[in-house]
Order: sequence, then C-alpha cells, then structure tokens
Amino acid sequence: MVTEQAGLRTEPGRAGARRHARRARYRSAYPFTLYLPAAVVFLVIFLVPTAMAFYFALTRWTLFDSTFVGLDNFRDFLAEQNLRIGFANTIVYAVVTSGLKVVLGLLLGVLLTSRLRLRGFLRSVVFFPTLVSTVAVGITFSMLLKPQTGLVNQALALVGVDGRDWLGDATTALLSVALVDVWKGVGLATVIYIAGIMSIPQEYHQAVAVDGGGAWHRFRHITLPLSWPATYSVIILSFIGGLRSFDLIWTMTRGGPGFTSDTIASIIYKQYQAGFFGLSTAGNVLLFLIVTAIAVPLNHYLGKRQVAA
Amino acid sequence: MTALRRLSAEAVALVLATVIFLVPFALMLLTAVKDQTQAVDLDFAWPTSWPVVENFMAVIEARDYVLLRAYVNSTIITVAAVTLLVVFASMAAFVLQRRPGKVARLADFLVLSGLIIPPAVVPTIWLLQALGLFKTLPGMILAEVAFHLSFAMLLFRAFVAAIPRELDEAAQIDGCTGFRLFFRVIFPLLRPVTITVVLVSSVNIFNDFVNPLYLLPGDENATVQVTLYNFQSQYNTQWNLLFMDIVLITIPPLLLFVFFNRKIVAGMTAGAIKG
Repeated sequence: MVTEQAGLRTEPGRAGARRHARRARYRSAYPFTLYLPAAVVFLVIFLVPTAMAFYFALTRWTLFDSTFVGLDNFRDFLAEQNLRIGFANTIVYAVVTSGLKVVLGLLLGVLLTSRLRLRGFLRSVVFFPTLVSTVAVGITFSMLLKPQTGLVNQALALVGVDGRDWLGDATTALLSVALVDVWKGVGLATVIYIAGIMSIPQEYHQAVAVDGGGAWHRFRHITLPLSWPATYSVIILSFIGGLRSFDLIWTMTRGGPGFTSDTIASIIYKQYQAGFFGLSTAGNVLLFLIVTAIAVPLNHYLGKRQVAA
Repeated sequence: MTALRRLSAEAVALVLATVIFLVPFALMLLTAVKDQTQAVDLDFAWPTSWPVVENFMAVIEARDYVLLRAYVNSTIITVAAVTLLVVFASMAAFVLQRRPGKVARLADFLVLSGLIIPPAVVPTIWLLQALGLFKTLPGMILAEVAFHLSFAMLLFRAFVAAIPRELDEAAQIDGCTGFRLFFRVIFPLLRPVTITVVLVSSVNIFNDFVNPLYLLPGDENATVQVTLYNFQSQYNTQWNLLFMDIVLITIPPLLLFVFFNRKIVAGMTAGAIKG
C-alpha cells in the first residue's frame, strides 16, 4: 500500500519519501520508551535524593522539617578534629587498598595465566572471598586478629614475633582493616587482570622469544604496558570503593579506637544515628565532591593514557 | 631440574594461597560445629563433640526466629530486584547502544555518574518516606535496582555492541520493531551476559549491608546481613553460634559460586576490561 501511494508522486519526491520512510522505520525500531523504566527508577530513587542532598546539607533537618542554616554544617564538619582525621583516613584507606590491589592483582594475574597445573583451583580460591559478605569477613577477621587468642598472633608467636592488638591499637587499626579489605577484594582485581593478560595476542610473546628476551623482559615490555586497560579498571573500581568504604570498618572497629579509624562514611552513619540528619548529609555532599574531584580527572587522565598505550 | 623447580614453585603457590585464602573459611566451619566451651579457643582443634543440630536450632530460634524472617526478606529483595534490574537495564542498554544522539549522550553521562556518585542515603530515606515506601520491601527493592543499574547497563551495553545490526534489520524486514524486536530477537541473545548480571548482582544485593541498615530498619524487615551484624553483639561469647550464623548465610552465594564459577568470571571479564 505504501508503495502504491508513493508511485503517484514525482520521481525525486518518491525517493525522498522512501528515504524518509526508511528513517522513520529505523527510528521507531529503537523507541526511547525502552529507556523509560530504568530512567524513572534512576531519576526518582537516585538523582532526586542526590540533588536534594545539596539543599538538606544546608539545613538543620529532622526528616519532617528543616531550617536553613547556610554553611554551618560544613563549618561544624570541618572544624572538628575527629572529622579531619576521618578525611585523612579515607584518603589513606583508598590509596593503600587500591595500590595493593593493583600490585597483588597483577602478580596473581601473571601467576594464574602462566602454565601452572593448579591454575583453575587457585583462581577459584583467590576469587572466593569476593562472594562472602563483608559483614561475615569483618567478624571472622576480628576473631583472627584478637590480641591473645587470635590465630594471627599465635602464628606470629611461633616464629618469635610479638603480635599486638591489631584492631585495638590506634596506629594499626586502620591499616589492619585495609589489609582485610585487600584480602577480600584482590580476587576481583585478579580476575580483571587475568582477562586483560589473556587478551594480549600471543604473537607479541613469540616476538620476544625470537628476540631472545626472558620472562622479565616479557613482563616488563609486553604484559605490563598491554594490560593497562585492566590496571585502569582496577584503580577506578577499588579507589572509588575505598573512598566509600563503610561496612568493613563498621563491623571491625566502628571507627575506633577513639576516632582513629573513622572514615567519611562511618562519620556519616554516626551523625545519622545521633539524629543530625543535616550534618550527616553535609558529610555525604563532601564525600560526593571528593569522589568526583578524584574520579573525574583520574578517569580522564587514565583514559588518555589508555589510548596512548 | 627445571621440572623440580617448577614443582616446588607450584607447591609454594598452593600452600600460600591455601593458608591465606582458605584458613579463615576453615576456621568458620570448624567453630560453627563446636560446643560453646571449645569454640572460645578459636583454634583448629578437632571438635570433641558435634552439636551441629543444636547450634543450628539455637541460631534459627534466636530472637523469635528472626533469621528465618531475614532469609525470606533477603530472598524476596534479591529475586525481585535482580529481575527488575535485568529487564530495565537490558532494554535501556539496547537503545543506548543502537540509537546514538543527544539522548544517548545524556544516558551515557548518567550511567557514568551512577557508577561514581555515592548514593545520598539520608535524603533517600526522606524520599522513600514521602512515597510511603520507607521500611517496606518494595522501597528497598527499588533502591537496590537504582543503585545497581549503572553497572548492569555497562555489562549489557558492551555485549549488545557485539550483536550485529544486520540482525535487527533482518527482523525489521519481517515487521519486528521496538519492544517485539527487543524481546523476541535481542533479549534471548543476551543470555550469557544476563547470567553474569544475575549472578553478580544477586550476590551483591544478598550481601548488601549498608542500604538495608539505613533503609530497612526494624526486626520485622530484617535482612540476613543486618541480622548477622546484630548477632555479633548478642553472641559475644558464643562464637559457635555466631559462626554457625555466618556459615548459614554464606551458603546461598557459595552455591551460586560452585555451580556458576566459570560463568561469573568469564562474563565479568567480558564487561570489565571494556569498562
């Protein structure tokens, strides 16, 4: 029927109409309505609260009514000594966890793509902790790290090292939690590296072999530069994860001893629990600003290097 | 000589990996089946008695069967959220990949921001309360969908890009467009990545602690992770029961892992390096 109607038209018009019809059909094949459910949920449950956070951060707020107080919350947040420790801790935690995940993930990735006979088994073993809930991991390691009865210190005693109260000592609490985070998360980093390394074409390795290069040469000049996309993913994922980290810290130390292992996320929760919703939201806005200020340039910079590599 | 060296290197790798990654799990299991006096030691001694059933029943009956209720709630949340997540994310990822333009650029930007921005939890409570969904399972489900959408769309989108457009065109010639094109032709082809999204997000949602802690307080709405967290103080001295609880709530992700191990890893890597 469409062709019959088009047949009545003049020559150029017919072609135009046909082109138009094709484009219309092409467009209607991918309707915007497919976006709709995702867009509604994301907009209402995610974007609206995020936008409102910028307003509520400026108020004294009880969930039911709010009084505008300007930048007071931010002033309070930044003025307190504990909160400044929390900021520093958050950065330290994110740097330590993502750094270790990159290094260990790369090493494990190289090891588990080599011709190891137990490769399959080891891959499963390394990946396994990522499937256990953070709360369960936190509780288990709290037990392992107990000063007298904990297995870690008992094992250290066997080799003649005096262990300490890893989670109760202000100098080690944050780092102990960070190491447990690495234990739990390195499996994911390893999997990403395994995929990255396996996607490197075999010819490169053969070329190095022809030139007489050894294993170190192969690692330094082939594996390391060409697994850059994997490094990029691991850094972004674990750094942002580290900045937001809450559940492990909360189950293992609750920010203690004192406030020495508090991070922004645990402070946000404490303020929320105490009923300071405006203050808590101000913390969230600060976290948002920090994550964005770090993630966007990092993303940009790493993305550029990725193209170069 | 080289064979010997390789063998010893492999042995070292195996022992290290076992000690570092499996010892904590062995401890969990062993402690869970001991009686209270022996569990206090937290060591690898073989259990002198095996009160498995007693420990199991004690954990189940604790606080008026809160664990069973938590199990039901967690299962409902996980199944419903993952179902919605798969349908919504795959549809959106499909148009996003196939129909470039201003809208797609905006959608792309939103996906990226969803990955980066930490959810504003307290304003989310305020919003859910305004909608009458605070402390309800539907509210929790929608929140989980919203928080996991970006990641799912990323995986789906990378996969859709690998499906040739000619296939869409062939379907269009047969008169299949829009929703029919998607659900009849494309969605079945997305099976491998759908499996990955289902596995990864169900593990994440089932293991989620932070969001239920904020958005779903109260014993009648307990989820397994929040219940475990509360047991931590309750069973301060009864570590056998605490670890029995840990073992019980680790079983579902463990089963997924045992059956779908290869697929999780394969699908995850397919999406991750394209990140």
